Amino acid sequence: MGIELQNITKKFSGYTALDNISLNVASGELVALLGPSGCGKTTLLRIIAGLELPDVGKIILENKDTTNLPPREKNVGFVFQHYALFRRLTVFDNVAFGLKVLPRKDRPNRKEIGDRVEHLLKLVQMDWAIKRYPSQLSGGQRQRVALARALAVNPKVLLLDEPFSALDAKVRQELRRWLRKLHDEIHVTSIFVTHDQEEALELADRIVVINKGRIEQQGTPQEVYDHPKNAFVYNFLGNVNVFHGRIKNGKVTLGSHHVDAPDELKHAEEKASQAFVRPHEIGISRIRSSETDLTGTIQEVRLMGGQIGLNLACEGFDHPIDAEIPRDLYINLELAKGDTVFVSLNRVKVFTGDYVI
Amino acid sequence: MGLFSIRRRNILPGFGLSMGYTVFYLSAIVIVPLSMIFFNTVPMGWDPFVHAVTAPRVLASYKLSFSTAFFAAVFDAVAGLLTAWVLVRYRFPGKQFLDALVDLPFALPTAVAGICFATLYSPVGWLGATLTRWNIEIINSATGIVVALVFIGFPFVVRTIQPVLEEVEQEIEEAAHCLGATRWQTFRRILLPHLFPALLTGSTLAFARGIGEYGSVIFIAGNLPMKTEIAPLMIMSKLDQFDYAGASAVALVLLLISFSMLLLLNAIQEWQQKEYR
Amino acid sequence: MLKQPTPETAPIVKKRVSDPLPIQMLLIGVMLLFFIGFIFLPLGLVFAQAFQKGWAFYLESITESYALEAVKLTLTTVAIVVPLNAFFGVTAAWAITKFNFAGKAALKTLLDLPFAVSPVIAGLIFVLLVGSRTPFGSWLGEHGIKIIFSTPGIVIATLFVTFPFVVRELIPLMEAQGRDEEEAALTLGAKGWQIFAKITLPNISWGLLYGMILCGARSIGEFGAVSVVSGHIRGQTNTIPLHVEILYSEYNFAASFAVASILVFLALLTVTLKVALEKQFQKNSFHH
Repeated sequence: MGIELQNITKKFSGYTALDNISLNVASGELVALLGPSGCGKTTLLRIIAGLELPDVGKIILENKDTTNLPPREKNVGFVFQHYALFRRLTVFDNVAFGLKVLPRKDRPNRKEIGDRVEHLLKLVQMDWAIKRYPSQLSGGQRQRVALARALAVNPKVLLLDEPFSALDAKVRQELRRWLRKLHDEIHVTSIFVTHDQEEALELADRIVVINKGRIEQQGTPQEVYDHPKNAFVYNFLGNVNVFHGRIKNGKVTLGSHHVDAPDELKHAEEKASQAFVRPHEIGISRIRSSETDLTGTIQEVRLMGGQIGLNLACEGFDHPIDAEIPRDLYINLELAKGDTVFVSLNRVKVFTGDYVI
Repeated sequence: MGLFSIRRRNILPGFGLSMGYTVFYLSAIVIVPLSMIFFNTVPMGWDPFVHAVTAPRVLASYKLSFSTAFFAAVFDAVAGLLTAWVLVRYRFPGKQFLDALVDLPFALPTAVAGICFATLYSPVGWLGATLTRWNIEIINSATGIVVALVFIGFPFVVRTIQPVLEEVEQEIEEAAHCLGATRWQTFRRILLPHLFPALLTGSTLAFARGIGEYGSVIFIAGNLPMKTEIAPLMIMSKLDQFDYAGASAVALVLLLISFSMLLLLNAIQEWQQKEYR
Repeated sequence: MLKQPTPETAPIVKKRVSDPLPIQMLLIGVMLLFFIGFIFLPLGLVFAQAFQKGWAFYLESITESYALEAVKLTLTTVAIVVPLNAFFGVTAAWAITKFNFAGKAALKTLLDLPFAVSPVIAGLIFVLLVGSRTPFGSWLGEHGIKIIFSTPGIVIATLFVTFPFVVRELIPLMEAQGRDEEEAALTLGAKGWQIFAKITLPNISWGLLYGMILCGARSIGEFGAVSVVSGHIRGQTNTIPLHVEILYSEYNFAASFAVASILVFLALLTVTLKVALEKQFQKNSFHH
C-alpha cells in the first residue's frame, strides 16, 4: 500500500478542518482530492507531507508509520500551489537542492548530482533553462521545475497542491495531459488536490470527493460521475438543474410532472426530495415522443463552442431549465429564441435528505 | 495560555530558540531599562512627584516642547505635502536628487544640524545677519527651536504621503474630471480626504519625534530657563544635579505622552485600513 | 521605511492629468525655496565653515589625536551595535514571520518602542540602571566594571536607540515572502540551519543590508543618548558628534565644522546607498 491514512482529524481554532478521514492509496496510483475551497483537502495534503500535524490519526507511507516524523525524514515530494521555487537559486540549483542537503555520507558526488538534475530537467522538458532563475520563467515552466525538484529526492509519494490553478486555461490543459503521461512513465504514488472536477475526471485513476472535512465518495472517475452517492457529489461534478419535489407512492413529483422514483426509494414514505438532471442529459425535440415530455419555450440561446446552451421556460415549473445540445442538433432542428419545443428529462437522479445547494 | 504561547507544534524549526532570544534581548535592551523610569518614580510618592513635574520651570519646558513640536509638525505637514506632490506628480531635472535629499535629516547627525542652524541664524550668520536687521530673532527663541524641529520632522511627512499619493488611481481623478470637477475641487474633495490619514500619521510621527528631540535644538535654543528650555534638557539638567528621581518624573510624563501618541497612531492606521478595505 | 516604486522607475503608461504649468512652476519654486533654506544652506555652511581657515587647518582638525580617538570610539560602537542589532533583527523577524502565536501584534508594537523614546531618556534609563549611584551599578563598580561614563555605556545606549531599525525592515519583507520556500526546503530534506543559510538569508539580504545601513547611520550620529552616558571625557568617551559639540562650545568653529564635515559626508553616503538599495530592492520585488 502506498499511502494509508487512518482516522485523521484536525481542528483549527473554531472549526474542524478534517473529520475522521481514512483513505488508502495503492502504490503507483494517481489520486485526486476533489472538493470546494476550504473543504480541508489542502490541509490533508499538508498533513501527509508533515507540514501540519493531525490531532488524531496515523499516516502510513509504504507500510511505515510516519505520523510523527518531521517533513524532512518523510521522503515526500511536495509541489506547492504557487510553486515555491527558491528565487535566489538557478533552475539547476533548485532541482539539485534536495540532493545537496543530504548528509555527507548519503550525498551523491557533483557529477552524479549534475547527471540526475539534467535527467530530471529533460524529463520535464526544461533542460534548456538550466541556468535561468525562476523569475525568468512562465507559470507553466515554473510548475515543471517545481515538479522536477520534488522528484529529485526519489520521493515515496508525490503530493501536488492545486498544481494547475495558477495557470491560464490553455497551459492548464496541456500540462494536465503531460502530467498524466509523465505519471504513466514514472509511476510514483501521487495525490493531487483540485477544486476543478474536469481536472480530476481527466487526470486521476481515482477521485476522492471531500466536503466539510469528510470524504463524500471515492471511486474511479467513471463510478463517481455515473453513480454519485449523494446530492453534493452530483452537484459538484458538473452543472445541474435542481428540482425540489416530493416523493410519494414510488413517484417523484416535480412541478406538474411525475417521474419514477429510483428503486431504493420505491417504497419510501412521503417526503421532500430533490431531483437532478445534467443539462446535456436533457432531450430537445420538435415532436412529442412521449407523454412525459414537457412543453417549453426557448428564452435564451447561448453559444458555448461545440455545444449550444438553451434556457427553457417549461410549463408547470417555476424555474427555467438549462439544457445543452450538440451544435448539429441545434442547426437541424432550426431552433430559435421564442420557439416552443418538447423537453424530455432523461436520467433524473433523485436524492432525499437535507442537502441544500 | 501564556502571552506568547504556541497554538500548535511548529513545523519550521527554531521557534523556541528565536522567540527565546527575541524576548531576552528585547527585555535586556528595552523593557528592563525603560522600567527603571517607573521604579525610580514610584518611591517618590505622589505629592513629591506632582511637585516635581509641576514646578514652573518644568511646566514651562513641557509647554515649550509641545508648542514648538506642534508648530513644526503643522509646518511639516504643509511643506511635506507640497514636496510629496511635486516629487510624485511633476517631472523636472534634478528630481531624483531632491528626492534622495529628503532623507538627509534622517541620516545627518542631529548635533550637526544643530550647529548648522545655530550658525546660520546667529546675528553674524548667512541668514541671521539679515533677519537681525529686520529685528527678527531666531536664535535663542522658540522660533529657532521650531526651525530645527521642522528640519528633523520633514522626512517623516514626505515619506508617509509619497506611497499613498503614488497609489491613488488615476481613474479616480479622471472620473472626477469627467464629472466636471475643477482641479482644485478634485484635490480638495477627492485627493485630500484620501491623503488625510497619511498626512496625519506623518505629522504625528514628526510631532512625537519633535517632543523628544535634543541634539538639533540645544544649540539654537540658548537654553534660557523658563524661556527656551525644552523638556529633554530639563531631564539633562536634573541628571547633572544627580536628582535621579526628579529626572525620572519628568521623563515619565514625557514617555506617557509619547506612548499615547504611538497608540493614537496605531488607532489611526487601523481606522485607515478599515476605511479603505 | 522602504519606498514604493516611484514614477521614474515604474514606467508610466498613460500621462497623468496634470496641473497647469504655472502652478507646477510655482509649487516647484516653493519646494526649492524650502530645500535651499533647510537642506542646501546648512550643507553649504558646513563646508564653508570647515574650510574658513584653510585646507591645512581642516586637515589638522580632523587628524589631531582627540578627533582620531573620537572616530575610533564611534567606529568601535558601530562595529558592536550594528551586528548585534542585525542578529537580533533577523532572529526576531524569523520568530515573528515564520510562526503563529498569540500576542504577535503586541510584540511588534514593543519592538517599535525605542522610536517613541526621547534620546535623552534613552540615556537616562541606563544611568538609572547601571549608573555608579545605583545598587547594580555600584556592585558592578566594586567588581571593576564601569559602564556609565565609559565605552560600554555608549554602546548600550546606542543599542537601545537603534534597536528597531533592522527588525522593522525585515518583518514586512519576510511577511510578504511567506513560508512556502522554507516549507519546500523542508520537504526536500533540509535541516533548520540549511534552510536559513541557503534560502531565507539570501532572500532577505538586501533588506538586511538596508536596515544595517540605517542602523549604522544612526549609531554614528546619535547625540542625546550618548551625551547622557558618556561623561564627555576627551580622548576616552567622546564620539564624533560629542567632539563636534565640545569644539563648538569652545568657539572653535572651524575645527568643529571640519569634524562635522566627516559626518555630513557619511550622511550623504548613507542617502546614496539608500537610494541604490531601494533600486535594487524594486528590481528584486518585480521578480517575485
